Amino acid sequence: MAEGQNHPIGIYLWVWGALFVVSALSYWVDWYGFQGALRWSLILIFMFIKAGAIVWVFMHMKWERLSLFSAIMIPTVFIAVFIFIMALEADYTEIVRLTFFSDWQNFFTVEHHGTH
Amino acid sequence: MNTVTETAGLDGNDMEPGVTAGAKGIVADWSSDQVAFRKAPWGKAMMWIFLLSDTFIFSIFLIGYMTARMSTKVPWPNPSEVFALTVFGTSVPLLLIAIMTFILITSSGTMAMAVKFGYEQNKKVCFRLIVLTAILGASFVGMQVFEWSKLILDEGVRPWYNPFGAPQFGAVFFMVTGFHGTHVTIGVIFLFIIANKVRKGEFDRGDAGFMTGRPGRYEMVETIGLYWHFVDLVWVFIFALFYLW
Repeated sequence: MAEGQNHPIGIYLWVWGALFVVSALSYWVDWYGFQGALRWSLILIFMFIKAGAIVWVFMHMKWERLSLFSAIMIPTVFIAVFIFIMALEADYTEIVRLTFFSDWQNFFTVEHHGTH
Repeated sequence: MNTVTETAGLDGNDMEPGVTAGAKGIVADWSSDQVAFRKAPWGKAMMWIFLLSDTFIFSIFLIGYMTARMSTKVPWPNPSEVFALTVFGTSVPLLLIAIMTFILITSSGTMAMAVKFGYEQNKKVCFRLIVLTAILGASFVGMQVFEWSKLILDEGVRPWYNPFGAPQFGAVFFMVTGFHGTHVTIGVIFLFIIANKVRKGEFDRGDAGFMTGRPGRYEMVETIGLYWHFVDLVWVFIFALFYLW
């Protein structure tokens, strides 16, 4: 089976074990109660390690040709662009809500906003 | 140029004459009279492209969740407390979610090995591993049913309301986990179909499929395996971004 993706069982078992450990670590982040930037960076690091291991070994991306790898992986970059755009949009929405809806009876009486 | 260049994977192993590795290989693969996804069976290439489109769907859900969560005036409910389970009188945060995570990872490992034993034509082990994968997937869905009914019936969570905080929480939760659960359910059904084909030896003989005249091959185990790993992959992101954040 020259065409097939047949690899030593050891690498699967190794990655499997690693996924267990990293999952336990990310659960531990919540258990221990980390907060703030440390919590978020730990969660994201563990998330990308797990995602990378699954795509790289379990989904055999490591052994695919660069053509297939590029066709699948490059378009995902646009997701990052979309996240950035929508984060800006969400910030704007929050400002609008805090400005108008937190005291939202005054939203229709324009002179209240003009006079303070 | 009469030199035979190296080939194939990103790490440049397994040689084959006339096939170029690396960046030059992309040009060669996409040039005229070439097959763009050389060495990948068409079913696998199509599954990858489907998974890419699915990646965009789940990204849109998670980006929508980010946008909702960033812009609420009312604080977002703390998932660590919402999804806690009380075991022997103590409240354990995210207990069920952690168990579900480990079950899905385990099923991904058994699936990866099923692909390996399929290519070795080891029918019996391949069949058992696929069935084990499907059973683990089904138990994942079962736990999700338990989680949903607990939230809907006991806690009164609705897509437009919940007793914990921002009302968007329910809408995001049901949409994201519901879509993922649907993917798992469909995966379990297809795993049983493929397992049955393996058991009957259809891939050994190359029997034609249900809706196609093309002969069955063990590559189909790898293709359904790609789908199953993708389901696990999506859960990695949901677990991190929805439950842990």
